[in-house]
Amino acid sequence: MKPAPFDYLRAMTTQDALDALAQTGEDARVLAGGQSLIAVLNMRLAQPRVLVDISRTDELNSVRVDNEAGLLVVSAAATQGSVEWRKSLHDEVPLLAMAFPHISHFQIRNRGTVCGSIAHADPSAELPLVLTALGGDVVLRSKKKKRVLAAKEFFQGMLMTAREPDELVEAVRFPLKNPGERYGFTEFSARHGDFAMVACAAVVTNDSIRIAIGGVADRPVVERWPFLRGDELRSALNDLSWKLGAQDDTHVSAKYRRHLVRQLGWRVIEEAT
Amino acid sequence: MSKTSTNIMRQGEEQRITLTLNGRERSGHCEPRELLSDFIRHELGATGTHVGCEHGVCGACTVHIDGVAARSCLMLAVQVEGRRVDTVEGLAPDQALGDLQQAFQRHHALQCGFCTAGILMSCADYLQRVPDPSESQVREMLSGHLCRCTGYTPIVAAVLDVAARRNHRTESRESAHA
Repeated sequence: MKPAPFDYLRAMTTQDALDALAQTGEDARVLAGGQSLIAVLNMRLAQPRVLVDISRTDELNSVRVDNEAGLLVVSAAATQGSVEWRKSLHDEVPLLAMAFPHISHFQIRNRGTVCGSIAHADPSAELPLVLTALGGDVVLRSKKKKRVLAAKEFFQGMLMTAREPDELVEAVRFPLKNPGERYGFTEFSARHGDFAMVACAAVVTNDSIRIAIGGVADRPVVERWPFLRGDELRSALNDLSWKLGAQDDTHVSAKYRRHLVRQLGWRVIEEAT
Repeated sequence: MSKTSTNIMRQGEEQRITLTLNGRERSGHCEPRELLSDFIRHELGATGTHVGCEHGVCGACTVHIDGVAARSCLMLAVQVEGRRVDTVEGLAPDQALGDLQQAFQRHHALQCGFCTAGILMSCADYLQRVPDPSESQVREMLSGHLCRCTGYTPIVAAVLDVAARRNHRTESRESAHA
């Protein structure tokens, strides 16, 4: 339960980190909060040659509202706690505020970063789900270029993203609350703070429903529907539960996952309506 | 390692790092892969911090980094260069228990005590931020810790009691434990 040896590089500027990634590429891993990465290193599921530590890169540690673009911009080294404890978060990105209590534990959120969770791309993690549900995006920067990808293009599969080895997830951007939208979030896990068996987020307006499901497919999946009610909504949720391709695993059966999609889906839409 | 420029440490190479542990400047040697939990215990000899699962689940190794509760098994020792680290030893600086520890004693909030150091550090940070928490807030905060002895109820009672006393109430607002 100790990491295999690696070289350690502490980046004091973004440029330091980008230079290191350009040089080492696939042999490097970015260490931000380390709340997934160090556990993975301890279990030797990953053995990178170089760790590029950005946890003390001050210029990457910011959380700001861009009112003009209508975005909450969270930089790479900003912890989940630093977003969660913002007094204004409920007004800025309500869905994010609803999701935070489900993300692991207080002690982990104190150190874990928002961008780190996005870059890790665990299919049952809450932050990728919220980012996808809201149609947010990911800012990627390498030594050569900067590009912005929609969440839907960024997540490519189980722990797989569109990030190139020389790129850093420099920031993620969550759309601010839209006055016409109402939100819901819920999940089911064996214990509070564990990974979700199924997680559900909903964005509801007077004439539309957007529902996003995590923990079933290999990445968060969003569906857009007109404002369905009653049997029509039940039927749409049932179709969705089959479409996600749930699989049996050691924790829970495919059948139960489909059941959770139908039940939690109904519940979040009710909550948001 | 200086704090102001890019720093590279090669694997296997030991470097001296300096931090403030419970208010005292301490230093020791570590290689890049050494976990903070091991550094605190083996290099600095502060064995109050316990190591359970080493992958962030059990919470026994929780310490404060610059006043914020975090898992010391999910950090590298090199990451705390120049920073303030507080452990359970810091809660009883003159061998006298702090009010949180006294409340744990009063409510029998520990039996074997293995998880207690981490729980105390979480509670200390949390009560700074949320001085008057509800029972459900306390339970949510404690969800980051595993205790196999107590069933948590006496721990909840101790935390609510210390919050009540700090807020100058004699009885806790919600009595989780008769």
